[in-house]
Amino acid sequence: MSSITIKIAGENALIIYFAEQENSEVAAQIYQAQQLIRENCTNELVDLIPSYASVLVIFDSFKCDHLQLKNKLYTCLNAIPIGNIIAGRLVELPAYYGIECAPDLAALAKRAGLSIKEVVNIHQNQEYRVYAIGFAPGFAYLGDVDSRIATPRLATPRMKVPKGAIAIADRQTAVYPSISPGGWNLIGLCPTAMFTPEKEPIMPISVGDRVKFCAINQPEFIALGGEL
Amino acid sequence: MNNSQDSKEYFGFIVKQAGIHTLIQDLGRFGYHAIGLTNGGPLDYQAFYWANSLCQNPANSSALEITLGGLELTAISATKIAVTGATVALFINNQAKALWRSHTINSGDIIRLGFAKRGMRAYLAVVGGFQIPKSFGSSATVCRESIGGLQGKALINNDFLPIKTLSAKVEVDFSLPEKYRPIYMNEVVLRTIVGYQYQHFSRLAQQLFFSSEFTVSEHCDRMGYRLANDNIKSHISADIDGVLSEGICHGAIQIPADGQPIVLLNDRQTIGGYPKVGAVIALDTNKLAQLGQGAKVYFEEISMEDAHNANLLAQQQFKCTTLQTC
Repeated sequence: MSSITIKIAGENALIIYFAEQENSEVAAQIYQAQQLIRENCTNELVDLIPSYASVLVIFDSFKCDHLQLKNKLYTCLNAIPIGNIIAGRLVELPAYYGIECAPDLAALAKRAGLSIKEVVNIHQNQEYRVYAIGFAPGFAYLGDVDSRIATPRLATPRMKVPKGAIAIADRQTAVYPSISPGGWNLIGLCPTAMFTPEKEPIMPISVGDRVKFCAINQPEFIALGGEL
Repeated sequence: MNNSQDSKEYFGFIVKQAGIHTLIQDLGRFGYHAIGLTNGGPLDYQAFYWANSLCQNPANSSALEITLGGLELTAISATKIAVTGATVALFINNQAKALWRSHTINSGDIIRLGFAKRGMRAYLAVVGGFQIPKSFGSSATVCRESIGGLQGKALINNDFLPIKTLSAKVEVDFSLPEKYRPIYMNEVVLRTIVGYQYQHFSRLAQQLFFSSEFTVSEHCDRMGYRLANDNIKSHISADIDGVLSEGICHGAIQIPADGQPIVLLNDRQTIGGYPKVGAVIALDTNKLAQLGQGAKVYFEEISMEDAHNANLLAQQQFKCTTLQTC
């Protein structure tokens, strides 16, 4: 509890910081805090955004002010049970690391002082946890990327990243579920649809699941519905 | 028509010219940030509010957000409409008509909008609201997500826009008194709540941020407005490259390593990792969204309490304004 802080984000938003860094214990705390806030702040709550080590709370500023809400949030946070770690499902996602659809792979490998093959192996040997979903519908933030291939975001974001792009930013990795702007380093393509509003489940993964990438070749990528 | 077989059984409009970028919007989509859905909704909610209000509609009724203009509709049933927001020429059957008031429309009438002279976004509301199915609780179109509106897209020629039939013919029209109408300037002060990573910006960066003039860049859309000031960009970056990705509120100002601020708006990403200095209040993002490339922007600090007061005042003004009958 002692490390949790609540800060102002905007005129109708507070952000709860749980820790400096994400880990399984923090993920479990965030999961529980979310439930407690949803149950106890129904009147003033507009929306919640859980993430790696924070929860953004958007409230109706005509129903309460930020100081009242802060008190209520502290009450919720104090009610979180300690030491309850949730293990998620293991989901495998196919990954095509072909250089023609990985515009940042060569630069990333060069920066890391590794071969492209080594980068790919390191990326797919790691088991990742789904820390948050956001940025775009179905965009799941996966961590942690092996520090050897961790790479900062591009200084200027791209205006257009293709659907299915597998990307790295610092120690995070993700699959872009649709065409969007983005500043992450692109290292491949995943043929699995990450967000289908018309189908259940809407997403193949949810917060708390574990994910492994498994390399496929170009014909397999096409056979799985991938588009180049 | 794209989305109906026989217009005679329906009430509504046929889109003859979709215009530059015309979207169905209601007040927006709330409660789905946890699966990554953004808000959508009108960029200038004040102009949107008045359009619906002039049609005697509830605030959350579906209306059109028309960026830059160029829209042409043919009515296939009688109704009333009102156009507010950016200064555009409005013609009904080639007769010039006033904005900020309701107009009677008969079956066969042609409604045509010119291009914006002041401001960027006009709003067209219809009595009873456009009858658009909701997805995830809202009709708001978010093109990036392909959600809301008509198949998640901006209007295209030959779309059909269904409306409610009028239960009784209403003779009276309403207008918003001139003193309550916003004037769209080419220069705007954005009141900003400091927050998020504000302490990660040096005193110099903070002072430069709040004392410099920024220019709206060509990258200004429903996701956000990218601003530029080449003289100070190397001095206003944070002492960190990024943060663990975290929730982004409406109006949040992120400053990537290139030192060019981006004010995030209704179609923003819900989560991101660029350092943020705080967030612009919604009363002022309304004004920002009416600016085009090249317009000037300044930031000014405001406390949570003063922002709350400003919002209460604005709400009271909405409530106390009586529309004129005409």
